[in-house]
Amino acid sequence: MYQIYCDVAVIGAGPAGLAAAAAAKGEGAEKVLLIERDSSTGGILQQCIHPGFGLTYFKEELTGPEYAGRFAKKAEEAGAQVLLDTMVLEILPDENKIICANGKLGLTEVNAKSIVLSMGCRERTRANIQIPGTRPAGVYTAGAAQRLMNRQNLMVGKNVVILGSGDIGMIMARRMSLEGAKVHAVVELNSFLAGLTRNKVQCLDDFGIPLMLSHTITRIEGNERVEGVYVAKVDDKLCPMPETEEYIPCDTLLLSVGLLPENEITKKAGIELSPITGGPAVNQFMQTTAPSVYACGNVVHVNDLVDNVSGESAVAGACAARYAMGTLAKADEVNTVTGENVRYLCPQHLAKTGDGKAKVFFRVLRPDENVTLQAVSGDKVIARKKAARVNPGEMCNIDIPLAEVSGDVTVSVVKEA
Amino acid sequence: MKKTIICTVCPMGCHIEVEGEGANITAISGHTCKRGEEYGRQEFVEPKRILTTTVKTDNPAIPLVPVRSKGLLPKDKIADCMEVIQKTTVKAPVAVYDVIIENICGTGIDIVATGTLK
Repeated sequence: MYQIYCDVAVIGAGPAGLAAAAAAKGEGAEKVLLIERDSSTGGILQQCIHPGFGLTYFKEELTGPEYAGRFAKKAEEAGAQVLLDTMVLEILPDENKIICANGKLGLTEVNAKSIVLSMGCRERTRANIQIPGTRPAGVYTAGAAQRLMNRQNLMVGKNVVILGSGDIGMIMARRMSLEGAKVHAVVELNSFLAGLTRNKVQCLDDFGIPLMLSHTITRIEGNERVEGVYVAKVDDKLCPMPETEEYIPCDTLLLSVGLLPENEITKKAGIELSPITGGPAVNQFMQTTAPSVYACGNVVHVNDLVDNVSGESAVAGACAARYAMGTLAKADEVNTVTGENVRYLCPQHLAKTGDGKAKVFFRVLRPDENVTLQAVSGDKVIARKKAARVNPGEMCNIDIPLAEVSGDVTVSVVKEA
Repeated sequence: MKKTIICTVCPMGCHIEVEGEGANITAISGHTCKRGEEYGRQEFVEPKRILTTTVKTDNPAIPLVPVRSKGLLPKDKIADCMEVIQKTTVKAPVAVYDVIIENICGTGIDIVATGTLK
């Protein structure tokens, strides 16, 4: 096998990987190698041609490609190297090896003292949610349609129905409309919009596209190509009510029904995954249960803002570099525990370093107003923060002072006293 | 004329009530900050949007370059602008922020590249 040697190997050169690689070089690692399966860096941002990125990190409103370009430049100027068109097949953390495949080099072994996982997500598919009916051409996940349209100049269809009111679905409703398609409806299972209100206004209302809340797709029809879908209202248990079924003729169905962190190689390496996030369980160093393996970006948990990913990834890259150089502190760990109205916490563990702060990110289960976010360790409230509004679609965070951590840290969202 | 506008400046999504005729606003309420008031006024008089799309290249291996309007375009000119962009082809080299179409449809706004073409 072709052999490559480096100090820190970063798997995935999207926004997370690029930020991690730049930070690893900045921390002093000598050779940092990004391994990317695509033929260019930037990851998913290359196809996210719409604006909304960089509002906090750069204080400017950028499109995906602009944001990716800035981080590609950061990584390049820092001296990180990139291996494109290379698919990672397996990681062997105990042997400090990554097995990957490259068209020119063949099967390749990358020897690295530490590894950063930044593979992002894949999309939930029709098969995952088991929509009944025939299996004609014309059923795409929204992100796949976005790649085909925005990078390969292929129009996926002309008469479209979209399942899921998440941001990807709404953004594709606008994109397809701008390129001459007719989007007949966006169908949403829940009684509330999944994505940002701003996208409902600019992607649906602007184009006169109806939003069908509390509805779902019950059947796909069509022989070789989609010919139409059946849409039905759902009850308060989210079950379709067959008597409400209506038929919408169309030739394309886009699915925007969730992102799944892409952790096949993480699982294969025996690294512990969190069942709620679907990503590796990490501590505040973004270190997984394999001490030489770090993780950042959507592969850990699905983020709303890439700005957040950039911060988290810089931590992962810096800590991976310190580990490679033998200077990363070791400490006993406690768990972070979900309290009232908290769905999950990241990091899942905290190393008791005794000083400094660790930022813990989380999502709530239900929307609420005028609440207090609080962290308790032992029987003491060690952090407290007020919030005017919380909702599941916007990630929250709280700073934990590590000196005050005795046992497990429980984070809750409580109503004002 | 009275319109309810949902503000999109921040995630609060305040419902802003605007009353007036054409460019003359007689009453505005429901906003909770200055940026919201400005948005409500603009949206009532002349809604504007950033346009992002892709432009064809002459290179079949890299068929598209992403582009954006450098500033906000009047919402009712978006369809005309799309037509002009769809008739355009670019050649390498293209750098980020290169002007692809100057003063599109007489709006005074340029269409610039957001990606590169080597």
